[in-house]
Amino acid sequence: MIEVNDIYKSFGEQEVLKGVSTTFEKGETSMIIGSSGSGKTVFLKCLLGLFAPDSGDICYDGRHYRKMSTSEKRDLRKEMGMVFQGGALFDSETIEDNIKFPLKMFTDQSEEEMLDRVNFVLNRVKLENVNQKFPAELSGGMQKRVAIARAIVMNPKYLFCDEPNSGLDPQTAIVIDNLIQEITDEYQMITVINSHDMNSVMEIGEKIIFLKSGIKEWEGSYKTIFKTDNQAVTDFVYSSNLYKKVREVYNK
Amino acid sequence: MKYFSNIGVYFLMLGQVFKKPQKLSVFRESLFKEVEELGLKSLGIVAFISFFVGGVVAIQTALNVDSPWIPKYLIGFATKRSIILEFAPTFMSIILAGKVGSYITSSIGTMRVTEQIDALEVMGVNALNYLVLPKVVAAVFFYPFIVLLAMFLGIFGGWAAGFMTGLFSSDDFITGIRMDFYPYLIRYALIKTMVFAFVIATVPSYFGFYVKGGSLEVGRASTQSVVWTSIVIILLNYFLTQMLLG
Repeated sequence: MIEVNDIYKSFGEQEVLKGVSTTFEKGETSMIIGSSGSGKTVFLKCLLGLFAPDSGDICYDGRHYRKMSTSEKRDLRKEMGMVFQGGALFDSETIEDNIKFPLKMFTDQSEEEMLDRVNFVLNRVKLENVNQKFPAELSGGMQKRVAIARAIVMNPKYLFCDEPNSGLDPQTAIVIDNLIQEITDEYQMITVINSHDMNSVMEIGEKIIFLKSGIKEWEGSYKTIFKTDNQAVTDFVYSSNLYKKVREVYNK
Repeated sequence: MKYFSNIGVYFLMLGQVFKKPQKLSVFRESLFKEVEELGLKSLGIVAFISFFVGGVVAIQTALNVDSPWIPKYLIGFATKRSIILEFAPTFMSIILAGKVGSYITSSIGTMRVTEQIDALEVMGVNALNYLVLPKVVAAVFFYPFIVLLAMFLGIFGGWAAGFMTGLFSSDDFITGIRMDFYPYLIRYALIKTMVFAFVIATVPSYFGFYVKGGSLEVGRASTQSVVWTSIVIILLNYFLTQMLLG
């Protein structure tokens, strides 16, 4: 379990996170939603340890981040997988080398063992014959799948995704969503996804946290988000014409 | 005030760079890649410039030494001295600062703005150590060889210029380069080169690693890094010359 206790984060005069508290459970896919500038990315980067909160604490399965030494923090990060918005694949390396990188860095596996593992995760994200290709040779959806493969190659306990569907067509977005959900169930990971894609939220948002101006405004699930009377949440959810129409039909 | 803050961040960066590599086999692999990128790929330009600048130095010396009281072998002597003392270590380092410095800043800067460095850090990799240490080691230990090559080709270019223009004879030139040989000057040049190589690897890395924004900022950082690397080399050249020869 990840416990977030009252974290604050500022950059200069600008307060980005203002006392956010929540928990993330094992085997659960949690979504952080909110409009641009609401603090989603900063919150995710705090969870990843890329930003240190100014106050408050984050506890990973009983381990307090604030009390960890630099090497303990680095060891903790080996238990994390991250899918970045743009994929963040190493563009001068082949797909195989991209996925192999964490194995080469942190394990003593032989070349054959590493290759087996690379092929296994590529197969898991339903990609074939891409080992020797470079990231630029793949489509956006395929790059995201490679990013997921790289994120899970070390069997992480925690999986974080920043806008995994941005720039993808709706069908590919659903494939990526389902893939993340399947992997979360299969490996019993704690998965936290940053998104403002309501389709994703409705597909896989077992837990939803709505941030507004750095404050946790609402917390619930895809089952309860349409029933809430929180004005900020309903404004956000029904900001698209599609959902406005869905609401009209539903109300009739 | 901002300059002091940048210098502070640069030294803090060096603290992270000079840590034991997390995996020696990965470090070795990166080191060989960097020797190729920073060293071997620079050989062509170094050879080309050294040969022709050596020739120009010899021709200009010959044209300025037209008194019958000054022996012709002094052309070879002056060419040798100027190439060993300044041209090969300092001028070559400035050229490498332009070529290699912009490559280092743009490659690390692009990794920064496309979140590849964040990806490394999330994996638990010390990104500075992983990205910068192989560059520093490759530059510091390989550039002295490049400078030795530049010395040889510069002097050879001087000799070839005399041979082709007829301004001085081959025998005079060879007598001049053999005259008053002082091995410490080679050591002095190599010490300078190693210090400059350290600057060429670390200053552009600093500009690339801490860049913020997008591709335009990466371009700007590359330009700044070349300017600052050149300034630091010129300043260090002054102090090192005073310390080692003064």
